[in-house]
Amino acid sequence: MNKNQAHPPEDIIRLENVWMYYNDVPVLEDINLTIGHGDFLGIIGPNGGGKTTLLKIILGLIKPTRGELLYCKYSSQKGENLMGYVTQHNLFDHSFPVSVWDVAMMGRAKGSNLFKRYSKYDKEVTAHALDTVGMLEHKDTQIGSLSGGQQQRVFIARALATEPELLLLDEPTASVDSAAQTEFYELLEQLKQQMAIVIVSHDLSAISIYVDKIACLNRQLFYHGNTEISPEMLEETYKCPVQIIAHGDHPHRVLKGH
Amino acid sequence: MFEVLRFEFMQNALAAGLLAAIACGIVGTYVVSKRVVFISGGIAHTSFGGVGLGYLIGINPVIGAMIFAVASALGIGVITQRTKLTEDTTIGILWAMGMAVGTIFIGLAPGYTPDLFSYLFGNILTVKSADLILMIILDAVIIIAVLALFKEFLSMSFDREFSAIAGVPVKVLHLLLLCLIALTIVVLIKVVGIILVIALLTIPATLARQFTYDLKKMMGLATLFGILFTYAGLWLSYILDVPSGATIILLSGAVLFAYLGTTKLRSRRKRKATATE
Repeated sequence: MNKNQAHPPEDIIRLENVWMYYNDVPVLEDINLTIGHGDFLGIIGPNGGGKTTLLKIILGLIKPTRGELLYCKYSSQKGENLMGYVTQHNLFDHSFPVSVWDVAMMGRAKGSNLFKRYSKYDKEVTAHALDTVGMLEHKDTQIGSLSGGQQQRVFIARALATEPELLLLDEPTASVDSAAQTEFYELLEQLKQQMAIVIVSHDLSAISIYVDKIACLNRQLFYHGNTEISPEMLEETYKCPVQIIAHGDHPHRVLKGH
Repeated sequence: MFEVLRFEFMQNALAAGLLAAIACGIVGTYVVSKRVVFISGGIAHTSFGGVGLGYLIGINPVIGAMIFAVASALGIGVITQRTKLTEDTTIGILWAMGMAVGTIFIGLAPGYTPDLFSYLFGNILTVKSADLILMIILDAVIIIAVLALFKEFLSMSFDREFSAIAGVPVKVLHLLLLCLIALTIVVLIKVVGIILVIALLTIPATLARQFTYDLKKMMGLATLFGILFTYAGLWLSYILDVPSGATIILLSGAVLFAYLGTTKLRSRRKRKATATE
């Protein structure tokens, strides 16, 4: 399962001069972004700044108006999905009749095994994914009866079951309590050894502690390649003066005093 | 009273009840879980246009209903995927247009339409052997489709976006699921009629949901409840001499609400007991 040991570090996807318009209104302007192996990138920005649109373009759910999305890995040329996607847990119908195990198994329901039953391998990968996030013992529980943090772990397991090379997370800690958030980021720290991770959030202080690189998105992408967020960068992104408030006493805090 | 079972119409009615319960148990589980009850109502009512067409050109109205039901399922799916009309607006428009077309066709049809009422409200005692053959074929199509695509239907119903990213052809499968709903409605028309179909699509599955959160078990239980409701409703309508379709629906609804009511009472009593301890 540890594919990247066999491959030297390389790019996974590349966005070149990507523009996106909705009804003649630009949502994304000239985005250039490369995601490579071992990257742990945080994308922050205000609501309506195009974060979700950018993720959907990377995922191939929508086509950009202009520009190109290049998959650099050979596995994508074989038509295999190399991205695992995790969205907000509270967007789901909590009464939906499905167990934790069946949700995680959905990571194995791919276009390539249409009409087929799940194989022994599919089940092994799913069990391993649930074990990684610490949810294997809850496998027979109905998904809606778990806490928000636990549900989010199951959705990560579902993404891991696709055996991704890139894990994309959209506001993953929204409405998850702070203890569960810390555990959640620690899980990502562990996972970044095995795959590239891109996390999109409006909660800049929480993600800037953990990610290795940070980019600010508000129609345009301000990409600085490190996690130092300067007040100038934030003003550029949020289009208004922003005060940085550092909280917690994490030893790797990267927010500057001011 | 068991001598009535010797009559062919009664044997056909029991077979029809079984076939209807299988279709509504399987497809009703998706209708309830995926929350497409309103779409199902729309497809059912649009199929009335096909009943009218059947009378007008002299074919079996059930065949006409099948054509209209499948066409409206595809229509609702394609219009909402390709245009800016929202799904509920599209459903509302097709729903009324289907009924209007049916009314005009029946008005134009020569002569007199004596059994029109049975298509609207069902009459399980008028099911003929030819109807049963069609019902068996449609049940088989539903079972084969769900067996072949169970994991994709589950993934798509739970999270369409994730399923699409994983490469599952969600647009095609969504249309297929709507077509399965259309076929189920055709299976149910003779039993409870176009207007009452929605109750058999939702009540057995909703009751089954109270006992399990496993989709497969839910389908099995919903089928079982469907059989119980149609048979008990048929028997009640026979001894009370009232219309069978409406009796089946009222019985199912009464059982569901009685069950929900008693569980609510029981949990309240439990809460009170723990509070006083």
